[in-house]
Amino acid sequence: MAIFLTKDSRVLVQGMTGAEGTRHTARMLAAGTDVVAGVTPGKGGRSADFGERTVPVFGSVAEAVEETGADVSVVFVPPRFTGGAVEEAVAAGVPLCVVITEGVPVHDTVRFRALAQGRTRIIGPNCPGLISPGQSSAGIIPADITFAGRIGLVSKSGTLTYQLMYELRDLGFSTCVGIGGDPVVGTTHIDCLRAFQDDPGTDAIVLIGEIGGDAEERAAAHIAGHVTKPVVAYVAGFTAPEGRTMGHAGAIVSGSSGTAQAKKEALEAAGVRVGRTPSETARLMRSVLAGAR
Amino acid sequence: MDLYEHQAKELFGRHGIPVPRGAVAATPAEARAIAAELNQPVVIKAQVKTGGRGKAGGIRPAAGPASAEQEAARVLGMDIKGHRTRRVLVEAATVPFEEYYAAFLVDRAEGGFLAMVSGQGGMEIEELAASDPDAVVRLPVDPVTGVDAGTARLLAARAGLPEQAAEALERLWRVLVAEDALLVEVNPLVCTTDQRIVALDGKVTLDGNAAFRHRRDLAEPSDGGLEDRARAKGLNYVKLDGSVGVIGNGAGLVMSTLDVVAGAGAAPANFLDIGGGASAQVMADGLEIILADPDVRSVLVNVFGGITACDAVANGIVTALELLGERGRGRPIVVRLDGNNAELGRRILDEARHPAVRQVSTMDGAAATAAGLAAGA
Repeated sequence: MAIFLTKDSRVLVQGMTGAEGTRHTARMLAAGTDVVAGVTPGKGGRSADFGERTVPVFGSVAEAVEETGADVSVVFVPPRFTGGAVEEAVAAGVPLCVVITEGVPVHDTVRFRALAQGRTRIIGPNCPGLISPGQSSAGIIPADITFAGRIGLVSKSGTLTYQLMYELRDLGFSTCVGIGGDPVVGTTHIDCLRAFQDDPGTDAIVLIGEIGGDAEERAAAHIAGHVTKPVVAYVAGFTAPEGRTMGHAGAIVSGSSGTAQAKKEALEAAGVRVGRTPSETARLMRSVLAGAR
Repeated sequence: MDLYEHQAKELFGRHGIPVPRGAVAATPAEARAIAAELNQPVVIKAQVKTGGRGKAGGIRPAAGPASAEQEAARVLGMDIKGHRTRRVLVEAATVPFEEYYAAFLVDRAEGGFLAMVSGQGGMEIEELAASDPDAVVRLPVDPVTGVDAGTARLLAARAGLPEQAAEALERLWRVLVAEDALLVEVNPLVCTTDQRIVALDGKVTLDGNAAFRHRRDLAEPSDGGLEDRARAKGLNYVKLDGSVGVIGNGAGLVMSTLDVVAGAGAAPANFLDIGGGASAQVMADGLEIILADPDVRSVLVNVFGGITACDAVANGIVTALELLGERGRGRPIVVRLDGNNAELGRRILDEARHPAVRQVSTMDGAAATAAGLAAGA
């Protein structure tokens, strides 16, 4: 089993004919993803060749959904057009929209997030997407790091997602979700925790957080009240100075809020075991699973 | 990006929010000329991007041009919480009758917008909100419909602001939307003794990601430092206080690497993210920036190849060391490569046999090695 994305998911790629779109569509196909359509305004009626697979290109999301039954959209569109592209996917009723683009203005995210409420699950922006190993991949997470298994992973950071997938590759994952590091994102840690809790294919959860905001504190409160599966966490940024943005737009310690220490303490108070490094986090997960057996 | 007070007020003025008359001076003589032009008592205000200016002596009244010149001389060059005062705002003195607080901001937690308005202004709003939560009205704003005249009147009434303040609230919301701001704050918003509403101070944080929608010249003068050089090369670089230079791909992994280096007993000298899909050139640029920092005693390159290919990273290291020549020697470079094309990358580095480079196969081991080398160097 998996959350949000399965072998039955039919994926369309917005911006497929661009350089990034082409490259990552090829990788998604190689990972077993059923990519059924591309969308590029003005290029409808063409098709794109990916070795043995030819994918039709449509001029609009609505048309692509109508013709192919796509139910997931992955957005590789430059920042200035991303807001419009996501709103188009929402209007077309696509149930899951994964926004890879980095550098989307926050106002655009707030707007499409509001429009999507109750209609479309949005993941991202500025995220690596999600992968259900062995089934499907929507985004840019490398597919060959790990295998199918029973751990769920939710992370603000792309490369830390890969690092933990790698450290626990022998155990394998149900689904790994990169939710993105922007101040406002469509899907939160809590949304993923809820889905993993309900997924019979997931036995334990890895949660990766970062400095900035209070998403980890909120996740901790949710875990304390609603999650019965074991959760192991890692928080990056203990050495980050106040007031400096550390890479992600949202990764900033403001005054006393948003520190890694505060997040770690909140998670531990909720019964979550928190590693000080990625490797220690992986060890904690192993011991938690060994104890559960 | 935070704006200076005078830049925030310029935006307010452009959107019809009343602000005191005034202008910016970089020298005492300029301050004198502005005060003479205003022809009334003025206030000299240090333009620094930090709070607590008043307590630090960065805000001073002046009765006329001569004292404006004197006070500006005292404030210019002043260090306020580590921020050097390069310019002052010379502004017509305003007599407040009542002070309020008004802000609109992006609410990270809810993924929406939030209005915060209070009938008590002029003090630390965080403290007020903590000590007396009811003193601050917090209202979510619908991102699609926004704040219209009716919402603004409701906000003003709930927070105990006079009716004529509602228009300023509505306009302040327009500043947030029109300028792609993450925060617009007026503290204090005042009602003067002659019943005028005026924004006496302002703070605006703009969203750098939306810069393409706006024509602005907000560039700070470049000091030619490493941070400016890194920015010019499109690298994400933050200078820190320690001795281990850290380069990696992806913000999360680099932050994590800093933590692991600290755990190994050394202090990181910087944060440098080469980003996703980094080319050999980007890697070379990054290494050059780090080795230009004399505080760096060892370098740790930590890459988990995903979109980034480790062979490109390895080629970048080799290229950079060729370019750097003598400057690349002396300081050890510890490299850990995993993920996409890691084996190929490791082989490229092995075959290059550069005396400064050594490879370690795990993140923890590499951090410990780099920390030890920095301490022993």
